[in-house]
Amino acid sequence: MEVKKPNGHGNGSKGSNEWRVKVGLAEMLKGGVIMDVTNAEQAKIAENAGACAVMALERVPSDIRKEGGVARMASIKVIREIMNTVTIPVMAKVRIGHFAEADVLQALEVDFIDESEVLTPADEENHIWKHDYRVPFVCGARNLGEALRRIGEGAAMIRTKGEAGSGNVVEAVRHMRAIVSQMKKLTTMRDDELMHEAKELGAPLELVRQIAKTGKLPVPNFSAGGIATPADAALVRRLGAEAVFVGSGIFKSSDPEARAKAVVKAATHFADPKAVLEAHEELGEAMRGLDVRQLEEKDLLATRGW
Amino acid sequence: MKIGILAVQGDFEAHAAMLQQLGAQTAEVRTPADLDGCDGLILPGGESTTQLKFLLEEGLADKIVKFAERGGAIFGTCAGAILLAKDVQHPRQDSLNLMDMTVVRNAYGRQIASDVVRGPTVLKKEPLEMVFIRGPVIERAGPGVKVLAEYAGKPALVQRENILAATFHPELTDDTTVHEHFLRLAGSHRKRTNGGKSST
Repeated sequence: MEVKKPNGHGNGSKGSNEWRVKVGLAEMLKGGVIMDVTNAEQAKIAENAGACAVMALERVPSDIRKEGGVARMASIKVIREIMNTVTIPVMAKVRIGHFAEADVLQALEVDFIDESEVLTPADEENHIWKHDYRVPFVCGARNLGEALRRIGEGAAMIRTKGEAGSGNVVEAVRHMRAIVSQMKKLTTMRDDELMHEAKELGAPLELVRQIAKTGKLPVPNFSAGGIATPADAALVRRLGAEAVFVGSGIFKSSDPEARAKAVVKAATHFADPKAVLEAHEELGEAMRGLDVRQLEEKDLLATRGW
Repeated sequence: MKIGILAVQGDFEAHAAMLQQLGAQTAEVRTPADLDGCDGLILPGGESTTQLKFLLEEGLADKIVKFAERGGAIFGTCAGAILLAKDVQHPRQDSLNLMDMTVVRNAYGRQIASDVVRGPTVLKKEPLEMVFIRGPVIERAGPGVKVLAEYAGKPALVQRENILAATFHPELTDDTTVHEHFLRLAGSHRKRTNGGKSST
């Protein structure tokens, strides 16, 4: 096994105790699959299939896409039912910049909050100042600059945005490759080049310097947005994702239970093609996907937030 | 010395980094064969329900029990401690049944109750820093189970012969005390078997 420093952990400073337990929970989810669920029954299916956490929401992204309208934080009744049904961590989404929704979810004691582009943004300039919360946050990113801005605001986990609800993995791949290659580039740069690079990325200099040293994000780096099959999960894991979020891909397929299990298996054994093959055996039809190039700018979710 | 780390899901990298810092060789364990040649095994933090399903499906559960029976050292942290416990509550859950103790899952509450605290230990003079993340509580430690550290009057680090269990995460601190103790356990197993040639 190669020597790898775990995230948030390793350059001497571990930060406040509060920060450590926030990043700590993200560490515990590594290697696993986090599944979108819209009710307690789906949450139970996800848990039984081996999900390491569930994301409670009112509609999965593909339905939000189809039905339109304003997508908000899920109903408290549904989130609470899910929290009472499973023992794995329960996450829930808030609109970008909607700190009052975040206050509500923290009062409800969800385990993780996703400030998510899948919901309709509440603020087109400002994201939530996540350092103010005891509950950890995950945020989406398309590139390293975006990831570091979110970490600067206090996100304890980063996920690629991908293109949620599309069933198309191409954007998640684009975002993961961008983040990984931009980090690699930083490790090759001289100290006197980092200020300019921080300006180009629009990222805090301190975080840029940290990555130049460690070559990886100071928080776990997961993948989301368009993952629909076991091989999709294996693909993003091999590109550097430390865990996988699956949204519409499970419960919009013809065989949610089998598919949930298969994606979990592939996410764990991502480097073993035989295991990924086994995961694909006996699977039915995946969700119907969208060609993201046919989507208009206004239909893209990944461009929400900055 | 080679230490296997169950790498299904959870904070296996944090354990690997700490063991490598102490000079041990590490191996990620995902299949029964991965455990061959290891002197010790770490069951990391994560989700015990997720990990248990995996252990049963991959045939790793039997292999780990046999590994323990032959004297192989095992260290479970948080979810790993839950997997080792004979009796798991809140809710009831199966386990590897390798340590006679009763463990209550998520006993402190949800993530918002996670915290970093200090508790007394017999392993060193100063109190031990303990990171609890949705941690369990050991409600009962059976006969023959030694309590090596406590927090708030409850056992937090326990040992029975070659098996070690912590309800907290020493791998998320800078303090290597507990991992050093585990490496000594694994080392004595190594000495007992083949004069250094490791076995399972």
